[in-house]
This record gives sequence, structure tokens and C-alpha cells, in this order.
Amino acid sequence: MSREETVVVRARRAFQSGKTKPLAFRVLQLKGLHRFISERRKEIAEAVQKDLHKTEHGTELFETLGLEGEINLALERLAEWAAPRPVEKNLLTISDEVYIQPEPLGVVLIIGAWNYPWAVTLQPLVAAISSGNAAVIKPSEVSSHSAKVMEKLLPLYLDTELYPVVTGGVPETQELLKQRFDHVFYTGNSTVGKVVMAAVARHLTPVTLELGGKSPCYIDKNCDLRVACRRITWGKFVNCGQTCIAPDYILCEPSIQGRVVEELKKCITEFYTDDPKSFEDYGRIINQHHYRRVMALLEGSTVALGGDSDETQCYIAPTVLSDVTGGSKVMQEEIFGPVLPIITVSGVDEAIQFINEREKPLALYVFSPDNKLIRRVIAETSSGALLANDCLVHFTISALPFGGLGNSGMGRYHGKHGFDQLSHLRACLIRKLKMEGVNTMRYPPHTAKKLSWARFLLLKQVNVGKLRQMAQVTLFAALAAFILQRFFRST
Amino acid sequence: MEDPSSILHRLQKTFRSGVTIPESFRRTQLQNLLALVQENEQLILDALHKDLSKPKFEAFLSEIDMVANDLHYTLDNFYSWMQLEYSSKNLATRMDKCFVRREPLGVVLIIGAWNYPLHLILLPLVGAIAAGNCVLLKPSEISQATEQLLAELIPKYLSKDCYSVVCGGAEYTKALLENKFDHIFYTGSQAVARTILQAAAVHLTPVTLELGGKCPCIIYGHIDIPSAARRLVWSKFFNAGQSCVAPDYVLCSAEIRDALLPAVRQTLKEFYGEDARAGPDMGRIINPHHWNRLMELLEKSRGKVVMGGEGYQEDRYIAPTVLVDVEESDILMQEEIFGPILPILTVKSLEEATDFVNRRAKPLAVYVFSDEHSVVTTVLENTSSGGFCANDGIVHMALPGLPFGGVGASGFGHYHGRWTFETFSHRRGCMMRSWALEKINVLRYPPYSDSNLSWLRWATSAKKSWISCSIM
Repeated sequence: MSREETVVVRARRAFQSGKTKPLAFRVLQLKGLHRFISERRKEIAEAVQKDLHKTEHGTELFETLGLEGEINLALERLAEWAAPRPVEKNLLTISDEVYIQPEPLGVVLIIGAWNYPWAVTLQPLVAAISSGNAAVIKPSEVSSHSAKVMEKLLPLYLDTELYPVVTGGVPETQELLKQRFDHVFYTGNSTVGKVVMAAVARHLTPVTLELGGKSPCYIDKNCDLRVACRRITWGKFVNCGQTCIAPDYILCEPSIQGRVVEELKKCITEFYTDDPKSFEDYGRIINQHHYRRVMALLEGSTVALGGDSDETQCYIAPTVLSDVTGGSKVMQEEIFGPVLPIITVSGVDEAIQFINEREKPLALYVFSPDNKLIRRVIAETSSGALLANDCLVHFTISALPFGGLGNSGMGRYHGKHGFDQLSHLRACLIRKLKMEGVNTMRYPPHTAKKLSWARFLLLKQVNVGKLRQMAQVTLFAALAAFILQRFFRST
Repeated sequence: MEDPSSILHRLQKTFRSGVTIPESFRRTQLQNLLALVQENEQLILDALHKDLSKPKFEAFLSEIDMVANDLHYTLDNFYSWMQLEYSSKNLATRMDKCFVRREPLGVVLIIGAWNYPLHLILLPLVGAIAAGNCVLLKPSEISQATEQLLAELIPKYLSKDCYSVVCGGAEYTKALLENKFDHIFYTGSQAVARTILQAAAVHLTPVTLELGGKCPCIIYGHIDIPSAARRLVWSKFFNAGQSCVAPDYVLCSAEIRDALLPAVRQTLKEFYGEDARAGPDMGRIINPHHWNRLMELLEKSRGKVVMGGEGYQEDRYIAPTVLVDVEESDILMQEEIFGPILPILTVKSLEEATDFVNRRAKPLAVYVFSDEHSVVTTVLENTSSGGFCANDGIVHMALPGLPFGGVGASGFGHYHGRWTFETFSHRRGCMMRSWALEKINVLRYPPYSDSNLSWLRWATSAKKSWISCSIM
């Protein structure tokens, strides 16, 4: 048996023992995860520094802050999320218990990504733990330092059989995908996403795919460009542009392009100083492969700002490209780097058309003081999410489902959405063997009279909230049962 | 037969035009679908009778009424489902608007099945229309009469630009799946489900799979035998056992079995008379292939037939059949029966029963019959299945508030009522930030500092969201 198979078998056995059923157990594990983050802040920050040249503050702001928020939310709401959820009944079932019982799926595989190696790997884990699943965690090997720290330290805080960390590259991941999981949660790119979905098809395993795409950012010429560009600069250059929901490219009218570049320049200097290369709060590209990939995208475009780079450090300066067209090299794939192309359009009509000609993105940004314009963009485009007048921050609202559609993925998580995504919502109807008289309607031999009663009882809906109706209905049903009991007793 | 790619292209074009978005359009289409069902009752009954010899009663209850009921429910409620759902925020986002918008996916493919050829394709259609999608319908070619009827009626009642019906067999479906859909909804077998998933992966198309499995029926503890027998017999032999949620087999103690058998025999006589074949209330097997499959199972089974067992090829009739002394290794226990054959297996304890169920693939439904609440709870808590029903069979399907779907080998995703609407919608998270309070935003910009960070942590923590703060 391979290492991967052993780990999965052990996790399944641990799950089948029923350990994860009691909420108290899940709370314990969530608290363990919380302790891990607080006690190992330093080790986590060091790992991210080595992987992505991020400072401790940056790591806290973008990795652990969100994670802690999710854990706290789960701890607060777990009892509510896991409780049976009553639903409406029909006349036949009026005295029965009808509800949805959320149940764990079993063993979940979580495949993390390298850009926020802690947030995107462990936030799904919060959902998995709170919904009562076992989870095999496969951190990205590309963010190798974080993967090592996770492998070494996480087992000290969580149940090792239920939540094993499995490190490795492509062969190890493929071996994992051969095992049977009850759900696979993958964060990464569309190409691998397709492979993952196809690989687990033979086990009929459902998947959540958090992919990416080119998130467009439309700037209305009437907006406060100063504020807009600040928020965009922040959203774009955080993590050196390596964010699945980073504003990928800007769409604006030619008349404001110059000002946009000017404002971006001011903000870049304000945030990252005149020499971002030596500034600690500016990141690096994860590795040389991606460095070369991003640099190659610059081909054929005009550099309005930045452009300098250093392969030895995987450093690319905050770069803005102007007068880019839809056919430029930089528009052919998700940039995932600190390069911000500006494409000019005649107005919001053309912007909407441009966006709709392309794959559905994970996020769509629009900057405008005009709410009507914003609502128009919402109505006429499609994306995982839409954020007006800022970048990225919708990620922090747990009440909003986070996920894509089309090429940007399927499924969603954060907060209760994550809990539900990794649960089976089991439909439950608890009847009693009494009141058999009422049931008689549906049994053969079938008569026209019975048919109309059965149709009435089985299929009319009841809004139990309305007390008056309820009283009438119960009376009716009881009367019906009484009459039928008499009817059948006399025949 | 129009090429599927060109039909799809046409539907995509229509979708992009935005015609399915307004509530009034969706309402009209739903009302037209209701008219289709109500105005063609006799034609539908005839088609169902031709395909499955479906008794009129069953056709009404499980086909026509299922669809009509869901339509009424959806018509009453879908407008509210369409509304924006506003969400809670944290302190830092107090001045902003956060909401979830339900949006149609685009062009969706619904593949029907032959056992309930009307509702298995029309029920998903109801939610797909309500959610604002364009739809390509592919009814099962095995239930030919219904397939033809749908192909004829749908274009008469629904917008031809938005909703198309295609007919064809396995090869045709394979070609169909090479196209990109925005969602695929499939009801049927595991084997075909696998090919559908593979095809969907190529385009990153989300899928809903409504599959089957062997639904166990555990009968245990103190129990009202006559009532249990009636409900068991009704759910098992409804549609001649060809229901994905039919109780496939029974697990009970030897004593209960001995008490149950005469009650079942009595019930069968009450329901279907001395000769079920002669009466109008027993259905038939869909086609010779399945009739042969079932007769072969009976032949090869090492269990003892205590009721029924006869089959007549001419009209694809199989008598309601009960077998005892069936072992776990018996051929009847190897695949979903999907016919009027009920094996009874004996166990010595409730634990043995739940262990038995848990050793096998997760079914679409688990049934338990018992007067004892603790028995019901034990089975509920120690098994996993799509749905669960205590002291009855199948009827949980009629409740639109309950999500109908499987787990594990019985599928994933769910529908009925609002659940169908949600299946065919994208929940788009939207946030409209205010332009004001840029000073607060400063906390998050580089250069990063300790004090900024602690303010930000306080402002974004979800816990204290009910405290209104004057600083913010």
C-alpha cells in the first residue's frame, strides 16, 4: 500500500469510528487549529517570508487574519449550522417530523495552492472540521517552506488520523487522486482543475473547484480617481499580484488613462517607496518558472510604469501597461503577477461587451459613483462575485459565498457556505405507524374517490406558519381520517 | 434531426439576449408548462400506459400531480427566491451593501430517465425555467411514448427559442455531451454518470447526478405489523418496483419476518386482488431487456420464493414476488433490483442491520419501520443516505421543502421546489463599497504597522458586529 493509500484508509477508519460526530469534538479541533495559528505565528511568518517574501504583518493581514475569523465564526455558529432544519409539510405529513439533517460526507481531500499557502489550504479545513469530516490536506509543493512547516507542526495541534498532512508533488497528488474521497476541494488553475474533476469521476466524487481567471476592473471616468487608484493599487500589488481575485486588467476611457497612470504611480510610491525592490512590504514572484512566465507576457505592450526586474530575486517591479488591446499577449492568460494592463474602451457598453466576450471571471470590479451604472454592470455580466468601488475585500465577508462559475470554478465556501458545501443535507421524514386510516387513500384498489382524496392530502402544501390555516387543516385532516375510518370500518 | 451543436448555439444566443431574465417571462413559461400538463392529461396517461402500463392512479399521483404541484409551489414562490439576499457585515464594512444575487447559469442540459419519464424531466425543467435558464431536454429513449409526446408538446407550449427537446440514444447523447453546457442534470445509472462526469470535466461543467442504489428497509422492535406491511407493499410495488427510492430489500429478525409474511400476503391480496395481472393496478416492466434481467435474477437467486415468482413475457408482467432465506452474497443483493422482487434478509440485532447497510454503497434512501423512537433514531444516526423515511416509503419525495438527492454512489446535488431553483442558479456575492471613510481604509495599506493591524483586526472581527461604533 502506498503512503497515500495508507493515510486515506486510516482517515476513513477514524471517521467511521464516529469520533467527529459530537460537536464538542469538532470544537476541540477548531480550537486546536486556532491555537496553532496563535502559537506558531512566527514559524508561519518565516515560512511565508521564504516562499513569497512577505513580511510578518503582510502574512497576518492576508493569511491568518481571515483564517482566525473563519474559525471564530465556526465556533460561534456550529451548533446552529449542524442542527436539524425543519421544512414545510403537506397534509398527509402534518403530524410528522420533516426536516433536513446536515451530515458529514466522510473523507475530504483538500488540495491547497501556493499563493496564500495558509489561507487557501486551511480555510477549507475549517469547513471540513466543522461539518464533521475527516480531511487529507495536501499543501502546494510550490510554496515548499509553508508545506514543510504545515507537515511538521499541524499534527501537534489536530487529530493526526483524521487530518493528516500529505506533502509531495504531482506524482503524490496523482496517487492521492486514485483513492476514493467523498469530496475533493481544489484551489488552483483551470487546467489542473479539469484533470482533478476527471480523475475523481470514476468514484463519482463531487468537487469544489476554486479556480481563477482574468478579473476585470472597470473605472468610470466620473469617479474619484485618487481613491479608486489607491484601492486598485492595493488590490493588485498585494502578494505581488499573485491573488486569484486580483484586478487582472483595467478598462477605462482613453480620456482618463493618463490620470489613472499618474494616480497609480503616486500610490505605488506611497505604498512601496521609490525602490520597491529594497522595501520589505513588497513581495516576490514564487519561483523562476512563474517569473519567466510573467515577464514573457510583457512582450508587445507599452510599459507606462515600472517594468524593471531581477531574475535572481524573482523580483518584478509594480508595472503598468498602457494602450493594451484584447489581442495582446498579456490578455491571453491570467497574469498572476504585478503587471497591470490598461485597455481603453469607449464607455461602459464596450466594457461590458469586452468582459462578456471572455470566460467568466472569479471577481469583477467596477469603480463608479453612479449606483445605476454599477447595477447595470451587475445585471449584464456574470462572475463569481462582484465588488464595486474596492478590490479583494469581499473575501472577508463570510456571509458572501466565495466561488466561481464557468472557467473560474464550481462550488463555494466561507462561513456557513463552506459548512453546507462539505455536508450532506439529508432529507428526513419521521412518520408513525398510526393514523393509518388517512393513508388508505393511496392504496390500491384504486377508485376515483380515493384518488381525489389522495391527490388532496399528499400534494397540497401547508404553510405551518399561518396558525389559522393550520387549525383549519388539522381539523379537516382529523375529520377526514375520522370519516374514512368509519367508511372503511363499515365496508 | 437538428445537429445538437446548432441547437445549443441557438439557445446560447437566446440566453445572451436576456429574454429569460424578467420574472414575467419566466412566469408565463411556467404557466404554459402547467397548461401543457393540465390540458393533455389523457395523452400523458396514454403515453405512460404505453411505456410502463402505468395505472392511472400512479400516473396521476407520481407523474402529473408531482409536476403540477411543483409548478404551483414554484409559481407561488419563485419571485421571492429571485430577490437579493442581503448579508451581515463586519464593522469595517458597515457602510456598504452586501448581498447575494441569484443568477441563471445559461444553457443547461436535463437528461431524463424512463421509470418516471414525465416528472424526472419536467421537475428539473420547472426550476431551470424559474431560475432564468435556457434548457435542452433529453428525455429517455427507452420510454418512447413519453419521449415522443414531450417532443411534440414542449414546442407547442414553451418558447422554442429557449427550450428544446432532443431525442436519441446512447450515441447521440455522447455526441451531445461534447458540447459545453452551463450545467448538466442527469437522472439514471452510475455507469452512465461516470461518462457524463468525464465529459463535463473537459468543460468544467457542474453536474447534478440523481442515481440509485439498493435502498434498505430495516424493520425492527415493537411494530404495528399490518400498517407496516401496507406501507412497505405500497412503496415496493408502486410502478412495479421501478422506483429509485423503492425499498430494495428488507432487513429484519426472523420473528418479524414470520409475522410480516402473512401480513404482506394479505396486503397483496387486498391491493391487487387474487390475480394482480388481471387487475388494472399493477404496472409492467419497461421493456424485454429489463424483464429478462429480472427473471434471470429470480432464477439464479438461491433464496426461497414465498410469494409470486411468475412472469409473462408477452406483457412484461412479473408478479409481486417475495423471497426469504436470501444471503448477502445472493445475486439479488449485487445490484439495484428495480423490479417487483422483495428479498427479506434476517439479522439478529439492530447493530447487525446497520452494519450491513454501512458495508454497502450509500443508497438514495434508508427506511426503517418501528414503533420505537429509539430504533428510528439509531438507524438515522448510524447510516448515511440521500434521504431517510421512518415508517413509510417514497412519500418523502412529495415534500418540496425537502432536498431530493443522493450521496456517495447514489449521486450528488439535489432538487425539488426551491432546491431545483438553487441548483440552476449561481449565487453571486456582491458588495458595493462606499466611497467615504477612505481614512479607515488606510489601516490596510502598506507600509504595514502593528497598530494599524490591531485596529483592523478589531474592525473586521465578525463577533462584535452588533455593536455599532461611532468611530467607524
